[in-house]
Amino acid sequence: MTALLEARSVSRSFGHVRALDRADFDIGPGEVVGLIGDNGAGKSTLIKALSGSLELDEGEIYFGGKPVRLSSPRQANDLGIEVVYQDLALAPHLNPVQNVFLGREIPHKGVLGRLGFMDEKQMRRQAAASFKELGATVRSLNSPVGSMSGGQRQGIAIARAIAWADKVVILDEPTAALGVIQTKNVLESVKRVRDKGIAVVFISHSMPHVLEVCDRIQVLRLGRRVATYPGHGTTVETLVGAMTGALDTREGAA
Amino acid sequence: MSTVANQPAVAAGDADEFGGTQSLLKRVVGLQAFWILGVLIVICLFFTLIAGDRFLSTGNFSLISQNVAVWAVIGVGMTFVIITSGIDLSVGSVLVFSSVVAAKLMEAMGGNGVGVAAIGLVAAILSGMAWGVVNGVLVAVAKVPPLIVTLGTLSVALGLAQVITGGIDIRSVPTELTDFSAYTKILGIPGLPFVALVVLFLGGILLHKTRFGRYTYAIGSNEEAARRTGVKVTRHLVLVYALAGTLAGLGALLSLAQYGTTTIAGQSLTNLNVIAAVVIGGTSIFGGFGTIFGTVVGLFIPAVLQSGFVIIGVQPFWQGVAVGSVLIAAVYVDQTRRAAAMRSARSRGLFKRRGSK
Repeated sequence: MTALLEARSVSRSFGHVRALDRADFDIGPGEVVGLIGDNGAGKSTLIKALSGSLELDEGEIYFGGKPVRLSSPRQANDLGIEVVYQDLALAPHLNPVQNVFLGREIPHKGVLGRLGFMDEKQMRRQAAASFKELGATVRSLNSPVGSMSGGQRQGIAIARAIAWADKVVILDEPTAALGVIQTKNVLESVKRVRDKGIAVVFISHSMPHVLEVCDRIQVLRLGRRVATYPGHGTTVETLVGAMTGALDTREGAA
Repeated sequence: MSTVANQPAVAAGDADEFGGTQSLLKRVVGLQAFWILGVLIVICLFFTLIAGDRFLSTGNFSLISQNVAVWAVIGVGMTFVIITSGIDLSVGSVLVFSSVVAAKLMEAMGGNGVGVAAIGLVAAILSGMAWGVVNGVLVAVAKVPPLIVTLGTLSVALGLAQVITGGIDIRSVPTELTDFSAYTKILGIPGLPFVALVVLFLGGILLHKTRFGRYTYAIGSNEEAARRTGVKVTRHLVLVYALAGTLAGLGALLSLAQYGTTTIAGQSLTNLNVIAAVVIGGTSIFGGFGTIFGTVVGLFIPAVLQSGFVIIGVQPFWQGVAVGSVLIAAVYVDQTRRAAAMRSARSRGLFKRRGSK
């Protein structure tokens, strides 16, 4: 199977710190892949590289089997890759619809659109549809997102990502600040995104969450992929062991 | 002006499942501008009770709107700037500079005639715009805090205006301009307030209905989010400050028409008065929130107080006392209310560098 998005032997240093040291990563179409590792293992650097926010020193990124150079987030977006960052990057004063379409507003038809007017009705309809599709609980389309709960905001950020990504969505610790029920909703959302055929990179420190939704789990340690496990039949102990280096697993264990 | 009063949301009565919990009425009541409008109405009722027809007359309100017109034009630009969580202290000086440039030019061209006035208009607008671009570039590209940038250009623009004139006001303003202010009525509205009304209307549309306005809110709300979603933040900020400067330039010509002279020494508090009006009108000094309608109401409160005090024979100096108190009270109430409603809205100081996290 050709990987949809793949990093081959990518390296990146910041001063003396080698954040990525010939790291590999791959994800297939419609697959949920967990990306785990201790703090400083290189997860954030890797997703920045995969989403065009960071230039690499060495190594290549392949999209659909072809090498690509991602030098801006826009390029990644154009390929159908979206990232939901931990801080969500929502504008708290704007409502959910305005946030989903921020920077990509639908222009009004005709000459009004050229003057900068927007098709509010159409945007509202599409945003409502994507919230519904995701099963996101959005209290109101008119309230500012700053007045909403962490789970709702997470839902809005994910809905925004899938509204624009048709290939890969990268979720950076989507469950970190959430309660039990909200976490369950986010995990359900991940499954729904996968069911749409969109690949999901799921970054988390919570091993049970990773094991619940991921088809495969790739472990980073010291800037390198040290192991890949299937989502089924792997235990939390195994993952933690691989992350910390207690198990001396090598690449290709699975 | 009520057409632009509402937030850039959709109409009430949407039948979809998300719209139900917050009706249009609720949202309007939630606006600070709504409450401030109430305060304004109470003030008007108070003066009407005491002074009767002397206060509540077309003539008096025509006079009040004359006095508000220049500030209203500047206030539109200021509203945009403050919504981006910026500030523009230089508007008064830019107004003086632009009026000096325009007056000098019109004087050199012979002093009278519609053509001369038109050239004066263009000159005032262009020099205002130039100052706005300078502000914008320094804020957005050089990333100097807006408070410092515009404090600097406040001083520079006023200084240059004084250098050009030797500090003496130029009194040769085309009679066409002064007549426009004194006699012209369009649809029954005096010239200056009519221009202000047009600017307010267009500004309201731009802020609440277009992508330009949406980005203005987004940058003030979360600059980093705006940048990451592909909004050209730097360019937009330059444009917003340019807009503020341009409107100060237009205000310069209106001021020339109103007073028949450049007002070199008379604009030192214009910036603060306009900022006070914008903030009283519910625009958040931390950015991300505000309406043009609120700014209009915020402008009328000091003007109505001033007029009312004069009519009922109270020392008009009380106006300053009242407006300052209303300003603080309005912001206090607004902050408390909003702190409860919005946990995550980050407040950002005016001294912070743009782009720093």
